[in-house]
Amino acid sequence: MSMKLATRQIDGVTILDLSGRIVLGEGSVQLRDSIKELVNKGQKKILVNLGDVSYIDSSGLGELVSAYTTVKNAGGELKLLNLTKKVQDLLQITKLYTVFDIKDDEATAVAAFSAQ
Amino acid sequence: MTGRRITLTLASSLASVDRVEQTAEEMAQDAGLEEDARFGVTMAVREAAANAVFHGNEGDAARHITASFENNGRSLIFSVADQGKGLDPSTLPDPLAPENLLQGSGRGIFLIRSFMDEVHFKALHPGTEVTMIKHLNGAPTS
Repeated sequence: MSMKLATRQIDGVTILDLSGRIVLGEGSVQLRDSIKELVNKGQKKILVNLGDVSYIDSSGLGELVSAYTTVKNAGGELKLLNLTKKVQDLLQITKLYTVFDIKDDEATAVAAFSAQ
Repeated sequence: MTGRRITLTLASSLASVDRVEQTAEEMAQDAGLEEDARFGVTMAVREAAANAVFHGNEGDAARHITASFENNGRSLIFSVADQGKGLDPSTLPDPLAPENLLQGSGRGIFLIRSFMDEVHFKALHPGTEVTMIKHLNGAPTS
């Protein structure tokens, strides 16, 4: 199953709802392009919802890191929402949980942006 | 299935990476690995195939990768070989080092080592073969 991506807005926060597999190839490119497009439009509060992501490979992890740095370098912030156990384990193994602000509740995550 | 061995010679393409991953998944499932171990094994073999295609063979359609899959009853043994310039794994940066955490790449071999019980690299002249072993029932083969 390839990756699907949808965007929505809540209280000035752009939520990227991802589903499927974020892997080398189309999925990684699609995520990169979407982040660049959002940042270019000035949307710098980005919440990436991974609740329906079944699988991420090293390329997908790399794209999440690149997305984080792209948004941060533009003066914004990117947070992650609703990690599955597998994705959570991968972030633990790779120490990326120390990089990302990870939330498990959408309202709390949106409020965390609003507080800034 | 004990004693089962499959060897695939494939083009340097993303479709080949998917094919190798799928074959590893089937082998892990047949061996009765639990979900977490199956996930790790499948990911490791996919990473090895992706490295072979895009780093080893540099995506060159004229070069092939060779992947083999074996269940000897004690272990699952996977190997992936490319026809590239060769790889010295000792020169790879540590992806967990603070200065590397924000790198957009460089985690593939680290993940392979994380999920497999044994990982061996062999220079082929040209190319590199990586062999990945997952012991069944947690028992070492020796």
